[in-house]
Amino acid sequence: MIEIQNISKSFDGKQILHNISGTFEKGRTNLIIGASGTGKSVLLKNIVGLVQPDEGHVLYDGRDFTSGDKALKTDVRREIGMLFQGGALFDSKNVEQNVMFPLNVLTKMSKEEKLDRVNICLEKVGLENVNKKMPSEISGGMKKRVGIARAIVNHSKYLFCDEPNSGLDPQTSIVIDNLIKEITEELSITTVVVTHDMNSVMEIGDYVMFIHQGHKLWEGNNQNIFDCNVKELEDFIFANKLMRAVRHQNHTE
Amino acid sequence: MKSLGKYLIFIATLFVRRESIGTYVRLVIDESIKIGVNSIFIFAIVSSFMGAVTTIQTAYNLISPLIPNYVISLVVRDMTILELAPTIMAIVFAGKVGSNIAGELGTMRITEQIDALEVMGINSTSYLVLPKIVAALLMYPMLVVLAAFLSMYGGYLAGTLTGEITGTEYIYGIRYEFIEYNIAFALIKSVVFAFLVSSISAYKGFFTKGGALEVGVASTSAVTNSCIAILLADYLLAQLLL
Repeated sequence: MIEIQNISKSFDGKQILHNISGTFEKGRTNLIIGASGTGKSVLLKNIVGLVQPDEGHVLYDGRDFTSGDKALKTDVRREIGMLFQGGALFDSKNVEQNVMFPLNVLTKMSKEEKLDRVNICLEKVGLENVNKKMPSEISGGMKKRVGIARAIVNHSKYLFCDEPNSGLDPQTSIVIDNLIKEITEELSITTVVVTHDMNSVMEIGDYVMFIHQGHKLWEGNNQNIFDCNVKELEDFIFANKLMRAVRHQNHTE
Repeated sequence: MKSLGKYLIFIATLFVRRESIGTYVRLVIDESIKIGVNSIFIFAIVSSFMGAVTTIQTAYNLISPLIPNYVISLVVRDMTILELAPTIMAIVFAGKVGSNIAGELGTMRITEQIDALEVMGINSTSYLVLPKIVAALLMYPMLVVLAAFLSMYGGYLAGTLTGEITGTEYIYGIRYEFIEYNIAFALIKSVVFAFLVSSISAYKGFFTKGGALEVGVASTSAVTNSCIAILLADYLLAQLLL
């Protein structure tokens, strides 16, 4: 479980995040949603420690990551797996080397053990026989899968995904969403996904936090999101023509 | 001053939260191949022609019958060891290796590969930059020795083939009143220049922000700043050590 308590952050005098709190439970997919430029990715970077919050704390299973010492931070970081927007695969390494990378650096496993673990993870994300391909030789969807495999290879307890569907077609997006949910439930890990894709919200949103201009305006899940009385969230949800059509149909029924 | 402070902090972070020695050994070998072995060709070409041209131009300037021919190779030798091999080749090194380091790290930064390392709990500065600096410190002095040899050999070929100087005279000039300390001076310079080029280029690449355009800017800036640093250090070392 990850708890964020009163996170605030500003850059060059401009406040990006205002006093954000929330709890991301284990074994469910937690979504941070909001329009572009609202501070979702900044919040995620604060949570994983890429950016230090000006105020507030991030607790990983009760461990204070924000004000903890270096040893604690290193321990927590080694339990984190992250899928970046573009995959962030290492260009000079092939798929197998990319997935094996955390094991090479963070563990003392034998080469055979590492290879077995890599193949298990690649199989889990539905990728086989691509071990020797370079990142430049695989599609965007495959890159995301490799990114997920790399994120879970070291038995991560916490999985973070920064816009996992960006640049993907709707079908592949659903595959990636379902893969994230499946892995979260199967491995019983805490997953936090940053997205602005309403399809993802409806597919995998066990817990949804809505951010608008750096403020948390709503939290709930994909079942009660349509019952919200927050204008900004309604504007966000129904910006899509398809969602408006669904609402219209529901009203006429 | 702010940049200088940031650069010094960057250098200090190379030595904290390090990985295992085995990891660095592998990385240093890989980087040595990229930085050293892959630079041999350009160093060989540039240094050979540099020596050849220095010989021809020195011969052109020394037309007095009072000056013996072996002075040509003596001039080539001292110019090569004191300045051409360590300093001019450092400019070539900055152009080839410095731009490569800045481009590589800049691309890793904008594609979030550096963030990926940090999230894994790896000190990205130490993991990515330290091996490059160590490899440069190991390989550049060797490249300078190679460049010095090829420069003098290039001069020998140019001088003897054009008939400006005989082979015996050239070898005599090369050995005449040779000061061993000059070799030590050249090697000290090469270590300093290797550190400056690799660390400045890594610094420029590591803190790239933006996109492809900024990566290009970082590469150019890495070469420019490295060249300025080389020339300043060259002057300071000459003042201090000669």
